Amino acid sequence: MLRLEKRPVPSRFWTIMTPVVAVVATMVAGGLLFAFLGKDPVAAIRTIFWDPIFSEFAWYYRAQLLVKAAPLILIALGLSLGFRAGIWNIGAEGQYIVGAITGAAVGLAFYPLDAWYIFPLMILAGALGGWAWAMIPALLKIRFGTNEILVSLMLVYVAEQLLAKMSLGLLKNPDGHGFPGSRNFQEYPSAHNVELIEGTGMHGGVLAGFIAVIAAYVLLNRHILGYQIRLTGQSARAARFAGVRPKLLVAFCLGTSGALAGLAGLFEVAGPAGQITIDFNVGYGFTAIIVAFLGRLHPVGILLAGLLMALTYVGGEIAQANLRLPAAAIQAFQGMLLFFLLGFDVLANYRIRPIKREVA
Amino acid sequence: MDLSAINPLVLIASLMVAATPILLAAIGELVVEKSGVLNLGVEGMMITGAICGFAIAVESSSPWLGLLAAAGGGALLALVFGVLTQFFLSNQVATGLALTLFGLGLSALLGQGYAGIKPPPSPRLDVPFLADLPVLGRVLFQHDYMVYISILIVACVWAVLKYTRAGLILRAVGESHDAAHALGYKVVRIRLMAIAFGGACAGLGGAYLSLIRVPQWTEGMTAGAGWIALAIVVFASWRPWGVLLGAYLFGGVTVLQLNLQAAGLELPVEYLSMAPYLITILVLVIMSADRGRAALNAPAALGKIFHASS
Amino acid sequence: MNHIRSILAAAALSLGLAAPAAAQDPLKVGFVYVGPIGDFGWSYQHDQGRLAVEEEFGDNVETVYQESVPEGADAERVLTQMALSGTDLIFTTSFGYMDPTLNVAKKFPNVKFEHATGYKRAPNVSTYSGRFYEGRTVLGHIAGHMTKTNKIGYIASFPIPEVVRGINAAYLAAKAVNPDVKFSVVWVSTWFDPAKEADAANALIDQGADVLMQHTDSPAAMTIAEDKGIYAFGQASDMERFGPNAQLTAIVDNWNPYYIERVHAVLEGTWESQDSWHGLAEGMTQMAPLSDAIPDDVKASTQEIIDKLASGEMHSFEGPINRQDGSAWLAEGERAEDGTLLGMDFYVEGIEGSLPK
Repeated sequence: MLRLEKRPVPSRFWTIMTPVVAVVATMVAGGLLFAFLGKDPVAAIRTIFWDPIFSEFAWYYRAQLLVKAAPLILIALGLSLGFRAGIWNIGAEGQYIVGAITGAAVGLAFYPLDAWYIFPLMILAGALGGWAWAMIPALLKIRFGTNEILVSLMLVYVAEQLLAKMSLGLLKNPDGHGFPGSRNFQEYPSAHNVELIEGTGMHGGVLAGFIAVIAAYVLLNRHILGYQIRLTGQSARAARFAGVRPKLLVAFCLGTSGALAGLAGLFEVAGPAGQITIDFNVGYGFTAIIVAFLGRLHPVGILLAGLLMALTYVGGEIAQANLRLPAAAIQAFQGMLLFFLLGFDVLANYRIRPIKREVA
Repeated sequence: MDLSAINPLVLIASLMVAATPILLAAIGELVVEKSGVLNLGVEGMMITGAICGFAIAVESSSPWLGLLAAAGGGALLALVFGVLTQFFLSNQVATGLALTLFGLGLSALLGQGYAGIKPPPSPRLDVPFLADLPVLGRVLFQHDYMVYISILIVACVWAVLKYTRAGLILRAVGESHDAAHALGYKVVRIRLMAIAFGGACAGLGGAYLSLIRVPQWTEGMTAGAGWIALAIVVFASWRPWGVLLGAYLFGGVTVLQLNLQAAGLELPVEYLSMAPYLITILVLVIMSADRGRAALNAPAALGKIFHASS
Repeated sequence: MNHIRSILAAAALSLGLAAPAAAQDPLKVGFVYVGPIGDFGWSYQHDQGRLAVEEEFGDNVETVYQESVPEGADAERVLTQMALSGTDLIFTTSFGYMDPTLNVAKKFPNVKFEHATGYKRAPNVSTYSGRFYEGRTVLGHIAGHMTKTNKIGYIASFPIPEVVRGINAAYLAAKAVNPDVKFSVVWVSTWFDPAKEADAANALIDQGADVLMQHTDSPAAMTIAEDKGIYAFGQASDMERFGPNAQLTAIVDNWNPYYIERVHAVLEGTWESQDSWHGLAEGMTQMAPLSDAIPDDVKASTQEIIDKLASGEMHSFEGPINRQDGSAWLAEGERAEDGTLLGMDFYVEGIEGSLPK
């Protein structure tokens, strides 16, 4: 029998090595799955992990990795603050939607005016929208002690209905022949979230993502608020003695994560997606929760985890088209990758020791 | 508008059917959470149960075998979560979400040959004499077996938690795993059993959808029911009968909304569709404003990682 | 923008991908679906079209497809990826792919695109859609005859022109044969949620509807109708297997002939950008076999309507028709223009309730 023994300090070696081991294990298990489906496992794994970065068309895919990873990283960074302090916002998907709606609404209100200040205003509105949506669970928690997990989750479904309402009503493109969906921001330069350097995928959201990584790093390591967040996560009681005001912390963590999710929504709607539609959201808010944990709630870890998730998305799409792997197989493969990453993480904090007597 | 077309008794009968999948999933999750584990993978376990149950029912032409397989499939998937969180000490929120992702993919893979097939019909329980009662007959005694079984499960969970030693141990483990461990209880083993039970119930809930309520297999057919089950557990503040009430209320709001539309009541549709979620939030607020009670029922060790250091 | 376009074009040219395949290479045809091909509705029917293309041209074509592609940014990447890997003709099969299709088409002027149900075209982008409302007229005619309670249940997704057009067409046809008929429309705010669709079907049946129509994608309502012993119509695909007794007929989206025709055009070098809105005449809209539950005389009159719609002798929207508020829309003998139909956002006179705004 084996048992786990807690390390006094996390192992530096395994902290770096576990993701590698997990990815290799996923390749083996995923390869078996693909082989079982009658596909060449080596080709499938190579397509998913190698082609997006090194293949002939990688110059295009590399840019797409950034586009796909940016919203995940932005949202996950915000969530990680709250998660560290034991504040569970799992409704980022809703805040992402509302941020997109408010940001887009501001842009559309100015149409067809041509002015430099429109896009900055949209960014502001997007962040505010996400912030406001997240403040609903925050205020309810502060005032009544209502469970924020549930309220934020319920608000996702409310936001989805709101999105449908907006794309069919208020924000519908008046020149769209009655079809649902707003005007396309790609055709409205003043409101378009353009690529900053052409061909690189670097749009405003990617830039914001990088800035947010640095800001979160500084906040957590150099700022009193970061210290308070970490302290609250370790021991809420101790934090209170140390002068942390839990209500303020709830408002800050939920508000910040909401604002970042709202920003992500705005950059997406004004850039890659282009318009408000009924199916605008594709689950970034939920995937970001996993990204936050994969990155061990650390800003740099989240950056890497976001890129890894993006890689499986983009690579998975290539594998679907080139090898005819069903979309479901890719989804199951992603699930496996997450299982292995989460499972092997134990090695960083614990040591495996053989023992003689059986202990359950 | 013709509201007289809505027969309240018929409405109650159909809301019972509409609520059964989420009721099953929620009562399972309640047991899991009572043991101090938060499994957010309900949706993944439900959809896996839906396809396992469907496939076996079709292959064996027996809905009962199908339901059994659904429970087995759900439990098996839940044990993946159990092993990861209990042995490998992974984070429960993230692992649960990953479980949902994996379950959705796995079910779609398993179900590739089963789209467009009709499952064998499930027997109805028309209780002799009682089913013909003028008022209660339609509401209470004309359903399929699973509606009654789901209520029975709720009653059992309630009785076990309240009156038996097993229930006491389960609650103790959820309250403080360290104390329970010190008393000599096998925390990990107990939690694994609770997780498997939760998976089995979620699987049954999924199979109720694919075998009885809809009945057919389509990818992604649970369409978020698992998330609602999670909400209902908290809504019920971890009390079994509260789960029953919550599930029926939630099922009721959806069914009522559709019935009002069918009766010609003009209400903005999107706002109507928001209603169940808003009402749940409202109830959550009212309950939590009544300080103490909900908090008393919440398992203190919920979501915390247990590692026996001695 | 020009910069990247030239890179992409250069890349395509240098690899010899830009020109339609040389004689020995098979033509590569791509399909992008919004749902899983196992949905037994919309995406399933498009995939049937892909299979028909493979069957027709054998080794002369190679098909690739991608299922469950979200609309928006992801669609644009999937399309670019297809174009980069040498696909010559790409069918994008959902309305939401409109702008992504146009964007990618701009970057790959030598790849041909076909976008379903949209209205934006370019020199290398065609659009196509089915006149499914003609099918609705047929359903309405049968429903008007078959209902005993004079109440038709209609499960609708979102109030977009396509759906509104269907309700209007069905209602006018039903009303023509049964002046007492009433439509009860339930908006479920989803294209695909089998449980909710089943609940909606139950609610309508509980309130006396004895014939169901749907404009959502799952066969859930059909199975409920079968279970409750009432009638229903299949949507997008023949759903007889879900309701052998319940299904009266179904509107079948038959993309096969169009897909074969367009692939043929590319092979022949005669492909040009165009807009196709095909109905019963061209076979893009098809009716599944009429059920034996329909009495012979109704069968005969139904067949007559199908034939007349196909030949153009009859039109689904032919005056006199008023709008719901009583204002005149079409005068005696006047037929609706395609433009009005494409943007239809009003009920015709006689339908109760109002469109969700």
